[in-house]
This record gives sequence, structure tokens and C-alpha cells, in this order.
Amino acid sequence: MNANIAKKHYDVIIIGGGATGVGTARDCAMRGLSTLLVERYDFTTGATGRNHGLLHSGARYAVTDKESATECIEENMILRKVARHCVEEHDGLFITLPEDDLAYQAKFVESCLAAGIRADIIDPEEAKRLEPSVNPTLIGAVRVPDGSIDPFRLTIANVTDAKLHGADILTYHEVTELIIENGRVLGVKLRDNKTGEMSEARAEITVNAAGIWGTLIAKMAGVTVNMFPAKGSLLVFGHRVNNMVINRCRKPANADILVPGDVITVIGTTSDRVPIETVDDMRVTPEEVEVLLTEGAQLAPALATTRILRAYAGVRPLVASDNDPSGRSISRGIVCLDHETRDGLAGFVTITGGKLMTYRLMAEIATDMVCKKLNVDKKCETATTPLPGAETSPIEEPKSHVYAFNARVGRHGTYASKVVSKDEIDNALVCQCEEVTVGEIKYAVENQHVSTLTQLRRRTRVGMGTCQGELCALRAAGVLCETCKKSVSESAADLADFMNERWKGMYPVGWGSTLSEAQLMSNIYQGLCGLDNFSK
Amino acid sequence: MAENLQLLSISENNLEKCLKCSICTVYCPVAGVTPFYPGPKHAGPDGERYRIKDAVFFDEKALKMCLNCKRCEVACPEGVQIADIIQSARIKYAKHSPGLREFTLANTDLVGSMATLMAPVANFATGLSPVKAVLNTAVKIDKRRKFPAYASQKFETWYKKHAAAEQDKYAKQVSYFHGCYANYNYPQLGKDLVKVMNAIGYGVKLLDKEKCCGVPLVSNGFIEQAKKQGEINMASMRESVKQGRPIITTSTSCTLMMRNEYDHLLHIDNKVAQDNLSLATRFIYKLVESGEVKLAFHDDYKKRVCYHTPCHMERLGWTVYSTSLVKMIPGVQFIMLDSQCCGIAGTYGFKKENYEVSQKIGEPLFRQIEEANVDNVITDCETCKWQIEMSTSAKVLNPISILAEALDVEKTIELNKK
Repeated sequence: MNANIAKKHYDVIIIGGGATGVGTARDCAMRGLSTLLVERYDFTTGATGRNHGLLHSGARYAVTDKESATECIEENMILRKVARHCVEEHDGLFITLPEDDLAYQAKFVESCLAAGIRADIIDPEEAKRLEPSVNPTLIGAVRVPDGSIDPFRLTIANVTDAKLHGADILTYHEVTELIIENGRVLGVKLRDNKTGEMSEARAEITVNAAGIWGTLIAKMAGVTVNMFPAKGSLLVFGHRVNNMVINRCRKPANADILVPGDVITVIGTTSDRVPIETVDDMRVTPEEVEVLLTEGAQLAPALATTRILRAYAGVRPLVASDNDPSGRSISRGIVCLDHETRDGLAGFVTITGGKLMTYRLMAEIATDMVCKKLNVDKKCETATTPLPGAETSPIEEPKSHVYAFNARVGRHGTYASKVVSKDEIDNALVCQCEEVTVGEIKYAVENQHVSTLTQLRRRTRVGMGTCQGELCALRAAGVLCETCKKSVSESAADLADFMNERWKGMYPVGWGSTLSEAQLMSNIYQGLCGLDNFSK
Repeated sequence: MAENLQLLSISENNLEKCLKCSICTVYCPVAGVTPFYPGPKHAGPDGERYRIKDAVFFDEKALKMCLNCKRCEVACPEGVQIADIIQSARIKYAKHSPGLREFTLANTDLVGSMATLMAPVANFATGLSPVKAVLNTAVKIDKRRKFPAYASQKFETWYKKHAAAEQDKYAKQVSYFHGCYANYNYPQLGKDLVKVMNAIGYGVKLLDKEKCCGVPLVSNGFIEQAKKQGEINMASMRESVKQGRPIITTSTSCTLMMRNEYDHLLHIDNKVAQDNLSLATRFIYKLVESGEVKLAFHDDYKKRVCYHTPCHMERLGWTVYSTSLVKMIPGVQFIMLDSQCCGIAGTYGFKKENYEVSQKIGEPLFRQIEEANVDNVITDCETCKWQIEMSTSAKVLNPISILAEALDVEKTIELNKK
């Protein structure tokens, strides 16, 4: 760890590199606080990187949870402006199928309107025209301002801005202990998960924004935050089947949201309680795949015959309403706990609950609490200040090689022109499915905390396309090895990790072309390159 | 189990079957000679995923470099219709409306009719440097390109005057889709076909109405017109089959278009072509193979020839019919050239921006031809013929013409009398 960080006394330390954590770090830094963010692995390794990527309109919650619905639509409108390069504004449909109760539609629309969500009932024929992939037997449709959002881009844009405002960021630093003296949290003890080295960092306030792992952080502090890990599984399809979000207009259930995001479509989710001990290694079961496929095909029949690239699962950090030790009453709303007033532990705040959609609001609430404790009187500006890349300034097009430029703009917004593109090598494609150039990898290494292939994937989409790394992983490993000045054996081990992680997601859907793809991958990497010799 | 739901993986042009193995790019003639074309995999299935997301990802400049030779499709182990993905994208997203050059190159019917009327003038003029200069700068047709000569009499005209009347005397009959080339540029090919077919006891009729198959129209951006013409051709073929006449042709590209591409590229019902349209060489070979027809050749016929496989012949998978037929001629010394693109790809090589690429692609083929030291190059494609004749010293013939040359008509008629 940087010696300066150990010496520094921060105003605030934030634990957790998900959307909420980095959002809070950005907000704190923008309000002039000296800020440190610590994350045990990489950004977006928890629920932030394992969801639908849905820009909720809030309609889904309108009937059951008006407060969440209102928060969603407000944040939805804010993110369209401040994170425009992370958002696709394609709207969504809530469809009623013959077996659903059409009467629910009226209640649904009424609740949406009450929560401030635009909800237009449209003719089923019109719905089919707008979204040709929709189940043609539908008997009703409502159009709402759903969209999609890329959580990886969103998170990294927050990191970039936090750093621009002076925040320090440490990835691969795991909190092993909270430093507590006289009923006050003074900071954290950290283990560098790459080197094993131990260190400390101190601050006036420590914010627990660790998602589902927040319950464990709270435990370290000797306080209880009851959480209920709920596993949600999702499937990724090979191309965009639909261009609008398709939801089912009924009480929320399994696999009833189909989201087009970037060049793929995602169906999800299931919902099952799982023990906290299992949350570090979620695997998708055949039963879940079956549910997702059968239910998904109800939304868009083409799913039944479309190639599935992979399956993945995340864990929702559901929180028991405070002071309910039984944990039966669960809230999907935002929970911000001041442990000083709640548990008599000063200098410690937990921000949890909520969802990706409300990450900014959660950050605002947490930062307000931190500021109040520090007697800092500065207003939150994150609802109006665009994230880096989302500014309205025009994007400078390269003189030659428009190649992959549009994909780059999609990922970096106005920052696309910062991507290295000075010669033919920089413009060469490493990942052809997702159009990632050598220059983009260099940019990620220099600016986005990247030293492994999996990190690179989260920043650039390397290996997330049709081939799942079959063609690009080796090339990306080569570029990383050179750019990060890593040893060959280190790079090969990283490559082996990456391929194993790709296979983990392909395995549950390993049939048809995906199985052929896996076989080809195995022939190349295990057979031809002998990668097994390098596995840890 | 879930996988039962997914027994069929369906996607347009088998887009989702792509395993990204990149074999197609290895076989792409364009990717081999210029770094500015991203290759069939990237221009095709990779790019398609982005184009489905947003038309802004349609890279017209790159996709225009595709020859549509379809060697990628032949190479693909998964059956992805790569070239069709690219062609469909050009049809769907192209923003530039075709100009005068595209009009001239695409309307082989119209331009052909006018040019045959004043063939000597047209042929003289297109050979003149000032005319070539105008074509080069104003119309952007490369000045280094030699124009195919126009005939002074259309095949159709010759047929009506000299052949039509006798065809009814044959018990069995076929319809001949001559295509624009045999009609306007090289009627001799049509005459050769009539000669051979008559010799083996088949009468040759023309279709009620024949229009250009649409290959140049599609590659130059005239989609609606291609559709209209395709419908006319299919209607004529249906009528022909109804009257008991299967349809034969002497052009690979016309055949591939009508038989294999009308349905998914232009959404024309082409079942009639799929079932009844064949290259003449394939038609004849099958007759000979089944023993239904026998061929007799002049004893003194001697020629050293080599065969060039047109890209679309490779796609049809019919090369073996033509080569086997030519090899039946006793006096022929046969050399098989490597199967590689000549670079012309229909009207592609005529365009100024493609000239260099076009010639570079053909270079290894031209070298092989010169080294083969043959009397004739044989090939089933007219545009390959132009390209090879322009770029080498060889004279190129269709296998049907070689057959017509070598065939002992009297003996053949005798042999086939029952």
C-alpha cells in the first residue's frame, strides 16, 4: 500500500467498491471531504456486477411499494442526464398474457401514475409493432420509461470522478478488522489481497457500503445488521432479441424481466434465500435455467431458440427492517444506519438495502449523514453534475480508423477521445465481438485499476461477447503482460483463471453452439497452449 | 430439462452459430490483400450484433469492400451465411443512394440492349482514352479496366432467326436462361449451348420473359428493381416447368442468385429454381452419368486447358460437374488451377476504388495461368473471363464452348438415337 495512505488521516473511509460505495466516495469527495475507498477485490464484484442492468422506471414496484417506485423514477430521470453514456433510453413494456388477469393492468397503471411514472396503455398491435419480439398472444400492454444501464461503466465513471476530486481508491484491500477505541470506530485494518501485506487506514467516519457483505462488516464492529441474501440467477442471450424492456404485468415473479443491454439480452431473475456462507461462490442450477427459459419464452418466444452465452447469479442484499430481529419484515428501500444513535458506536455508518437504480440517492443519504457528523455544510451536487464521459460536449472523432470508435463512445462517452489511438497497433482489435482495441486496454490499465483479465473484462467487455474469450483472451493476456510488465507465468496463470471463470458461466447452458464454443476453447487453451500447466 | 427447449437454435443467416474460429477470414481474398477490410467474421456476424443494436454501427466503407465471393461461407464449418449477413446489412442500412456509375454497372439489361444496337461504336468508344478518362474521373470506373465487348447481334435475336423454329422437333426440351452476358456480350456461348443440347436430343426454348437475375442490381443498391425482376424470372420458370421444361444456364452467379439467394436476400419464392434450375454442365453430366446420353468427340481434337473455379461455383459445390465433363474429351490435357478468387467479383473490380485490391487478389491466379502455358483457360463465369483475359495472355472459354468445339455432332446424334 502507498505509504502516504497509511500516514493520512481521512475524513471518511468507505468500505465497498460496488455502485453504492463508489457513489458515496464520489459524493464525499465532491463535498470536499478527504476520502478513501477500500474494496477487497475489484469494483463491481458483488450485486452491482450481477444484475439485469435495468434502468427501472419503478413501475415494477408501483403496486406493492410506492416509496421505492417514486425513488426509482426520480433516479431514472437523473441518471439519464448525469450518466447518459451508461444509459439506453428505449422504454419498456408491461405485457398481459391470456393467462394473466387484465384487471391488474388498471391497478398497475393507476399505481404508476400515483408514483409519478408515465404509464401509457397501448394497443397489443401497437406493442407488436414497437417490439416485434414480444409474445404475439398478448392481450394488453403498457409502455413505461424503463431503459437499460451498464453498471460497470456507471461504477467506473464514479471512480474516475471520485479520483478527480481527490479521493484515494484501494482495490484488493480487504478489511480484516475495524479499529475501535472508546466506543468509536477510528479506521480499518487492511490486508492487501495480492501481497498479503497488512496495513491500517484511519478516518473520522467509516462507512459500511459492502452490500451483502455489510452484515459481516457490521459484525466486526460488534453491531447487528440483519440481512437476507437472496440469490437471483440470469441468462445472457447471444444478441439483442428485443429492443425494449419486456416485463410481465402481474405481481412480480420469477424470470419476468427481459432487458436488452448493449449487444445482448438478459432474462431474469429467480429469487431464493441462500445462506450467507455461500454468497462468495454462486452457481446457477439446471432448475433455475429451466425456469428462466420457460418463463422467458413467455415474454419473447424467440428466447426458446436463441443461443445462450452464459448464466450468472448475484445476491441481493435484502435488509430486515430495523428493530425487527425476526427479519420477517423485509424492505427493498434504502437503509442508512447511524450506529452512534442506534448502537452507541460512534464514527460508523452503514448504507445498505436499495438497488442499483437508487445507488446515487443512497450515496447522497450516506454522505449527508457523514457531513452532518463532521459539521460540513455542503449540498449534494451529484443529481446535476454529469459523471465523467456524460458531459454534453461533442465527441471528437478520430481522423482515421473509425473502426471500433462507436463501441468506444458507447463505453466511455466523451472520454472516448482519451483512449490511446496513436498508431495502427493501438487501433488493432483485441476483442472482435465487443470491439476492444489495444489502445482501450492501455487506457484501462493506466486509468481504471486494471492488472488482470477479469478486471479488464469489467472495464471493457473483453471476453463478454459471443466467443466468451475463445479468440480474445490470449491476445488480451499478451497486451496486459506487456502493458503491466507482468511475468509470463503470472500472465498465464491469470489467463487460466479467466478461462475458468468464463467456463463457470457457460457450463449451466452448455449445449448447442455454446458447447461447441467451449469445446473449441478447450482445444485451443488446454490442448494447443497447455494452459492447465499454469493453473493455480 | 431445459436444453430440450433449445433443440433448435434459430437465427437469421445462422448468425448465432458463429464460433468465432475465424477460418472464414483466412479464406477471404480481400482480407488477405488489404488491412482496411476487417474480414468476413467481423464485418458479418460480429458487426451484425452491433447493427441490431443501432444502425450507427453500420460501417458502409468496410462492408463495401466485401466481394460477395462467398468463399467465407464455403469455409465456415458451422454453416453461417456470412456473405448473406453482409449483403443483407448493405441492403438494409446503406445510406448512399446509387449513382450514375452504379446505374450503368447494375442495369446490364438496359445498357446491354442499347450497346448491342451500336456495338461497334460502343466498343470503340469504351476503348478510347478520352472516354476512359471521363469514366475514370466522372463516373469512377477505373480507366485501367478493359470493357467487355458488346456483340452486334443479341443472342435472342439470333435464336429467333436461326434456331427457334427447329426446337419443337426434339422430344425432350429445356429452357435456357441465357443471362445478360450470353445475350449482349457473347452470343456464341448461347449458340454453343444450342448446338450441344440439340446434339444430345434436347430442344432449347427461351423463357417467356427473362430479366437480369439481379446480381449486379443488388451489389449496386437497386433492391426493389432486383425484386421485381426476380419475381418475373420465377414466374417464367414456373410456367416452363409446367410445360415440362427444366431450366439450364451457363452462368454460375445467375444460378447461385436465383437458386440460393432469392429467398432469403430478396424474399422471393424461388422453390421452382431450387428444384429445377441447373447449370448446363451439371445437367449434361448427370445425363451422361446415368447412361441416358452419350457423347462422341472429334478424334483429332487436341487442347491443353486449365480450369479456374469461380467463387460462386465453389459456393454451389458444382465444380466437379464442369471439370468431369471437360475431362471426358479424349484430346484434352487438363490442369486444375488452385481454387482462388480472380478479383473481379462481377462489377466490383470495375469500380475505381477497388481496382488495386481487385488486381492484387487475382495476382497469384494470373501467375499460375501464365505458368500453365495452356491453349485455353476454362471457367463457368463470365466476369472471371473478363478479368483473366484482361490480366493474362490467356483466352477463356466456358466449358460448354469447349464441349461444342470438341463434340462430333453427327456421331453424337447417331449414338443417342434410340
